Amino acid sequence: MSKYYLGIDLGSTTSKAIIINDKDEIIGRGITNTRANYKVAADIARQEAIYDARFSLLKKILEKEVTAQPIYEKYLNDIESAFQFLQFKRRLEHLHSQFNNTIESSDIFADKKLYLETIRNIISIIEPVIRDEYIYGNLGSKSQFFRDVVNEKFSIEVKKLDLAFFEPLMLAFDKSITPVENDMFEFNFKELVYEAMDLLDSKYKGLADTSAEGISVNFDAEMNLLKGNYDHITDTFKEHINRVADYEIHISNMVGTGYGRALLPFPEDCIKSEILCHAFGAHAIFPKTRTVLDIGGQDTKAIQVDSHGLVTSFHMNDRCAAGCGRYLGYIADELNISLNELGSSALKAEKEVNICSTCTVFAGAELRELLNIGEERNDILAGLHRAIVMRAMSLIARSGGVRNEFTFTGGVARNNAVLKYVSELVKENYGDDLKINVHTDSIFMGALGGAMFARRNINADLPSPKAKINN
Amino acid sequence: MSQEVSKEKSMILQKEMIGGLLDDLSITKETGKKVVYTFVPGNLSELIRAFDMLPVYPEINALQSGMRKISGNYIRDAEKAGHFEDVCTYVKCDIGMMINGNIGPTGKKLPDPDLLLLSYTGCFTFMKWFENLERIYPGVPVAMLHTPYQENGKITPEMTQYMVKQLKEDVIPKMEKVSGKKFDESKLKQTLAESVKVEDLIVKIFDTTKNRPSPIDAYFAGVYYIGPINIGFRGTPEAVTYYEELYKEILYRVENKLGPITPEGEVDEKIRLVVEGPPNWTSFREFWKLFYDHGAVIVSSSYTKVGGVYDTGFRHDPERPLETLGEYCMHCYTNLNLPQRIELLSKSIKDYHADGILVNSIKSCNSFSAGQLIMMREIEEKLEIPVGFIESDLVDPRYFSYSNIKNRLDSFFQMLNQRKTISN
Repeated sequence: MSKYYLGIDLGSTTSKAIIINDKDEIIGRGITNTRANYKVAADIARQEAIYDARFSLLKKILEKEVTAQPIYEKYLNDIESAFQFLQFKRRLEHLHSQFNNTIESSDIFADKKLYLETIRNIISIIEPVIRDEYIYGNLGSKSQFFRDVVNEKFSIEVKKLDLAFFEPLMLAFDKSITPVENDMFEFNFKELVYEAMDLLDSKYKGLADTSAEGISVNFDAEMNLLKGNYDHITDTFKEHINRVADYEIHISNMVGTGYGRALLPFPEDCIKSEILCHAFGAHAIFPKTRTVLDIGGQDTKAIQVDSHGLVTSFHMNDRCAAGCGRYLGYIADELNISLNELGSSALKAEKEVNICSTCTVFAGAELRELLNIGEERNDILAGLHRAIVMRAMSLIARSGGVRNEFTFTGGVARNNAVLKYVSELVKENYGDDLKINVHTDSIFMGALGGAMFARRNINADLPSPKAKINN
Repeated sequence: MSQEVSKEKSMILQKEMIGGLLDDLSITKETGKKVVYTFVPGNLSELIRAFDMLPVYPEINALQSGMRKISGNYIRDAEKAGHFEDVCTYVKCDIGMMINGNIGPTGKKLPDPDLLLLSYTGCFTFMKWFENLERIYPGVPVAMLHTPYQENGKITPEMTQYMVKQLKEDVIPKMEKVSGKKFDESKLKQTLAESVKVEDLIVKIFDTTKNRPSPIDAYFAGVYYIGPINIGFRGTPEAVTYYEELYKEILYRVENKLGPITPEGEVDEKIRLVVEGPPNWTSFREFWKLFYDHGAVIVSSSYTKVGGVYDTGFRHDPERPLETLGEYCMHCYTNLNLPQRIELLSKSIKDYHADGILVNSIKSCNSFSAGQLIMMREIEEKLEIPVGFIESDLVDPRYFSYSNIKNRLDSFFQMLNQRKTISN
């Protein structure tokens, strides 16, 4: 039986899970927003990683078919998206009943019938919108966390109603979302995949009747390749899905890390510091790494590692969130734009407005002041991004500077403007020829390091005792 | 953790000594004894004793207020009186205590100073501190002893002459005037002879951490061990008795291979560390527990040298009484330059076989904190050992973040354990 290893990184903003095989290859990833109930956050991330691992196995089994017919891959990805939507739908149904409970049990909602009806209408509007975003791939780079997606759509619908509804309905949302988020849902993989395939029938089978409007030319062309062959393909897939669903993903060992690690129901020797895990993960992907910068939701870490990926020293920000991911979140809220739009807007800047950045909250005030005096939003955003990186640079300097290869990890590494300034400033300060690494899985580095420690049975299988420690 | 702690004889002796001093301080009106306010680094205990005066150390009062969890209120009151947030919290705690009636650790009022003896050894804040005390106690004479910084890492004859000149021309005349007694050199020499015995014992005590397991924690217990010499008992027969007793107790632990005593019993040594920087006093027990829970034992610390550095060979010399007082002041830890501090820490790491070094950077203490990052880098590169860095404060409870410090220490200990695994 193949052995698998799980790493869970319970961060302050997001919880991540990674499953690796006995060759250190990532086979499953899961991510969710961290919530009051840390165990649920960890379980959801783990559940997602296991589903993702099954899809990875499925793709591996179908590797030959996919190479021969690239359209299969598209279909497989669509199944995965539909599969995710169906999980989302269950939670939405649960949220609906929670809304009903909230309304029934609170005196704030005088005309209960009216509010129940309003909620029903809103859910019936937002559910198909979200479904289409999932199965037609329109989610883009937006957040896919349940709370964020529902919050966005729900707010849009509430704002369309009479103003008097706003406060009670948003209150109902706040009261209802938390218990739903903190509940764990179990799904049957096979049943849910079958259901996902049924859901896709409307997309694929009805293709001939679909007008080209709203569907890309490319997509249309791709779909034509499937036409006529669709029923046969789904039958073949179902056979493989049955195999993959029954396949036991045996987790031989696991390691928990991140801020919430102490709350994970893991044995003590399966809990590891996120500093060690981030460094180990980053070093595994880029073995020549000697300095790691990790910018997470609520902390920034500058870590120096040796040639084995073991930490020699580290520095973290202590007293201020300016310079962390949350700073960006706060600015996005201030500007009423999505977090994912921040970086691309900053990259459109023509100049960088100087921002003080000593404090997240004050940066918000500074931002408003600068808008008042006529500075362009994108120019201010560029300045804000640079300010964050300037703080990170100070932390790097404190930790001993950049040595050899530099790897940038954490959720904020996905922001292109931050990445631009990190690259610029690291090179400016430590040399143009310095290699800077960023990986698409940057946010998962802590979980990856955890999984790798789990595979090495924590301490038992570290590098040879004779190995030289320095460098 | 295997056993509950019972009070050892040395602990009882120390309690009696300090209790006796505080009692003496509470009856100065009756006895007519004069009181000198002065500082721990570069403290002229022997000279104060030679004039039969009693010392009061504002830093000790502040750290005791911190341990008794009342420093927060004192700091608040000092800030209300106009002292800025970033000012040294020892100063603010001290001023807050004075605003609130100058009630000492025993609950009795401390006597007002008859002399402010400003021994300035590398900490600029000391000057500002006593400028404030001068305003609080108008008319009280101030004797300033300016200690030249060891910028070039050595003490020249001119530097010693400068110290002696100040002692002769300013400090001693003021002490004579305040105490009403003539300077008695032979009495000073006798006191200094006792100091030498104490200093020999101190070095032997802190050198026992060479053993595995170390019989003592040279930081968390070390700060108790240096208590008597930092509160004015250096140069007294009581101090000699105390340190002899303490050394005997420690040797018993060495012979029986016992680890350090903590508030929760004996610690099972797993990690050996050198620590640079003062401890946090407001959460002292919690801070200590973060170490002993991981089996981390401090085998040497720079803070325990704050009242005098003796392990590099310095001893008071009774035959050169004023010169030796001057040289003692110039040897103070905070008066050493950075290469000297690096050398001292490096030597401790090597001599006591430490697995790593940890810096506790104190937010409001410039004299200790300045240069610590450079020191860390140099030691890391020179000795190729792991370094850790945490931040807290002396007595301002607002700057001790338990979870932040725990998170960093947990990571640091895991990092050390990992490296020990591969190097064994």
